[in-house]
Amino acid sequence: MDNFFLAIALVLSFLVLICLYRAVFGPTVIDRIISVGVVGTKTLLVLLLMGLIYKRMDMFVDISLLYAILSFIGALIFAKYFVRKGVL
Amino acid sequence: MSILTVVLNIVVIVLISFGVFFFATGTVGFLRFPDFYSRMQATGKCDTLGVVLSCTGVALYALHDGLSLGNILVSLKIMFIAVFWFLGGPTATHALLNSAFKSGILPWTKDGKAIIEWPPK
Amino acid sequence: MPMRYFISFIIFFLLWVIWSGQFDFFHLSLGVISCVLVISISHDLLFQRKNFQKKDITETARFIKYIPWLLYQIVLANIHVAKLALHPRMNDLIDPHIIRFKTKLRKDMSLVTFANSITLTPGTITILIRDGYYFVHAIDMKVAEDLPGEMEERVCHVFMEDSDG
Repeated sequence: MDNFFLAIALVLSFLVLICLYRAVFGPTVIDRIISVGVVGTKTLLVLLLMGLIYKRMDMFVDISLLYAILSFIGALIFAKYFVRKGVL
Repeated sequence: MSILTVVLNIVVIVLISFGVFFFATGTVGFLRFPDFYSRMQATGKCDTLGVVLSCTGVALYALHDGLSLGNILVSLKIMFIAVFWFLGGPTATHALLNSAFKSGILPWTKDGKAIIEWPPK
Repeated sequence: MPMRYFISFIIFFLLWVIWSGQFDFFHLSLGVISCVLVISISHDLLFQRKNFQKKDITETARFIKYIPWLLYQIVLANIHVAKLALHPRMNDLIDPHIIRFKTKLRKDMSLVTFANSITLTPGTITILIRDGYYFVHAIDMKVAEDLPGEMEERVCHVFMEDSDG
């Protein structure tokens, strides 16, 4: 099973790389913000799989939850900030 | 290796594979759709189901070496991540689109009419 | 002490126990202190009515019954998006618009639930709720025909809009 988890983690990392295309070349600012959010969800899952591979689930699950909450709050703060500034 | 372990492993593999499949389609849609309203359609939906399916798979696999208290707590925590993302993902999508709409950006359309009344009279 | 404080306290404390995973006196007392603090700030979040009634229990039960239907809709939504995203002639299939329609829902909880459900169902995303109007982004005209439709009825039934006024 460890090989399977490693393969899935590699696929997810590859998807993160594809998402970075929009973060770099995205035509508008909000494309870049969405891209960061999408990378956040995939990182959350990669962290969980890391915990399975290293057999330290109790530690990695807390980090993963923190990452989920941070990317959620980050999206909300970006949304508020750009409405107020009218940058978009 | 008992028969139960084999069944558990197969269920975990199927769940995580479907989750990653939806992640991949979300990413493809994210690259291909013409404007960011449609891109949010792809990412907001596919990421939610991807996280829910994969977290369920990981939570099942966390139980594979016995039902001790620590394992059950870890499994419950992973399910809480799934529930949190189930509620938080649509909210974050909505917040970003809301700010874009208030900044005056209209979606890409074919006929140029951005907002239409519903139901049509 | 109203009933809703007590029930919110039990729910929060269960969450605390699951997240901390420590069962000695010190950590449990820390949990009690933080739960009381949180409830004193945000006690009106979980149960909106002043007095805890039978209605709250039926509401929760109906909400739990609503979730499987929502999950089924989410799976449909994902297959729809996957089909669109992987289709070679994707640009001919989509025809995005923002659609404005009036809703009959009044309570905050039901507005939020309906908005999240719209976001999770095929081809539609809620953008804005203003003065009883929903602004929804629909990816083609076929998915827009189902709005507000069956889902609004279901949310209306779950949160008992008719009986409360």
